Amino acid sequence: MEVLRGVEWAKPLPDPDPVAAPFWEAAGEGRLLYQECPQCGHRQFYPRAACTACGADPRWAEASGRGVVHTYTIVRQFGMAPFRDELPYVVAVIDLEEGVRMLGNVTDCPVEDVRVGLPVEAYAVAAAPGLGVPFWRPRRER
Amino acid sequence: MAPRDPAIVGIGLSDYPKAPHLSAVAHHAQAMQRALADAGLEKSEIDGYCTAGGMAAGDDPVTMAEYLGIRHRYIDGTMVGGSSFEFHVQHAAAAIREGLCDTVLVTYGSDYLSRMGRSLGTGGFGGSGRRVAGPPQFEAPYGNSLVGSYALVARRHMHEYGTTSEQLAEIAVGVREYAALNPNALYRDPITVADVVESRMVADPLHKLDCCVISDGGGAVILTTAERARDLRQTPVAVLGAAGGMTHWNISQMGDYTTSAAAVCAPEAFARAGLTPDDVDTIQFYDSFTITVLVLLEDAGFCKKGEGGAYVAEGPLRRGGRLPLNTDGGGLSSCHPGMRGIFLLVESVRQLRGQAGPAQVPDCEVALAIGSGGWLSCIGAVLLGKGGR
Repeated sequence: MEVLRGVEWAKPLPDPDPVAAPFWEAAGEGRLLYQECPQCGHRQFYPRAACTACGADPRWAEASGRGVVHTYTIVRQFGMAPFRDELPYVVAVIDLEEGVRMLGNVTDCPVEDVRVGLPVEAYAVAAAPGLGVPFWRPRRER
Repeated sequence: MAPRDPAIVGIGLSDYPKAPHLSAVAHHAQAMQRALADAGLEKSEIDGYCTAGGMAAGDDPVTMAEYLGIRHRYIDGTMVGGSSFEFHVQHAAAAIREGLCDTVLVTYGSDYLSRMGRSLGTGGFGGSGRRVAGPPQFEAPYGNSLVGSYALVARRHMHEYGTTSEQLAEIAVGVREYAALNPNALYRDPITVADVVESRMVADPLHKLDCCVISDGGGAVILTTAERARDLRQTPVAVLGAAGGMTHWNISQMGDYTTSAAAVCAPEAFARAGLTPDDVDTIQFYDSFTITVLVLLEDAGFCKKGEGGAYVAEGPLRRGGRLPLNTDGGGLSSCHPGMRGIFLLVESVRQLRGQAGPAQVPDCEVALAIGSGGWLSCIGAVLLGKGGR
């Protein structure tokens, strides 16, 4: 996925433990990761130290970065900076092609254009040194 | 009732909806005092204690037990959000049956409105450059709000089943009718469906009047054995069946965004009680948002999944309907200090005793309280019955 650099970042940042850290590092390099269980094949996100299906050690897998909007909301009121200065914006749950879900923002389109089922693609914002945060925008089929 | 069958024998509410003279722990204490007086019990008889702490200074279970002077043989600090108190009843009932203790006090208190005001009412993470650890780190960068989490559920329900904002609004309108009968309710003026759908959009598709109020308040419930209950002041209310479960904690993990754990735990509670939804005379459901009630109604089996909108639109939840909802004015109009579950129990007991005044449901013999904690995450269902059933 594309990584946007030089973007000013004023939003909360992750404080990852060793299990979560590779996800954010990879996003900073343009790779979107999820976990897959070598024992039972279960795929999961957010990353954990054990498979939620069978309990084994999961391993990382790389997602295509393509998905569709499963559900969404247009946030029109928020009490705190910096989000209150960006209203309205879309918070969505994305179904990735690989079968896991991620919560995120859908950007780069009017908020009214977002629909359940909208095809989206991931991009990342370099939010801190060695740390990227994934976002989503309407997919442009090539 | 068998001698060790659990029964609720005392209820108390602290001052609400705005009580700047009370701290969170003082709400616990005042609610306890009123529940003891209601039951006609001495505090020294309390040998079990339940509370859900972590929301205010000194409200954790052991600090609260010390503060209140409870010498507990049984303690339960289950904290699953606003439904914690339904879980406490499930656990306390089992402990009483088992003989781990005889008389259990459950308390809750919050000074949320007086302490925080309404400014942060949409919830969520803010703060420039703030670092967020644990699973919320995967949501915090995106500015979701508490209202937004429920809006994700409402949007998906609308997408799958064609549920409308007008149908959801019907729930808020009906609860407001009951609030008009409660002199303490925060909002008492009648509202219409149009008022709800024309109120400010907070997080599409949820409007301001789809959302609960923010208030101060507290409550207490005392359970004991049916045997001990016989000598006490009030007609006992039997705990007929209780169950709890969860589907997720963080909203990104919900899985099926239209179905809660009530789909599992409500049937379990009905089975334990030997009852069905047709036997229920009033429901006291956690109305954090209108969509919360709709999902719980479907999951508890009052209508099929996806038919909640059409069901509520017929008006069964209103005063005079066949299944009156939140007869105290609910969280939508009366009192929501952060975790509303205790009030569902208190109002159920009031109804089953016949003490609900102008809001009394005629011939009320079975009440169902369902709490929702987190973001439709942890659901606790409690069936209560008029004494002697």
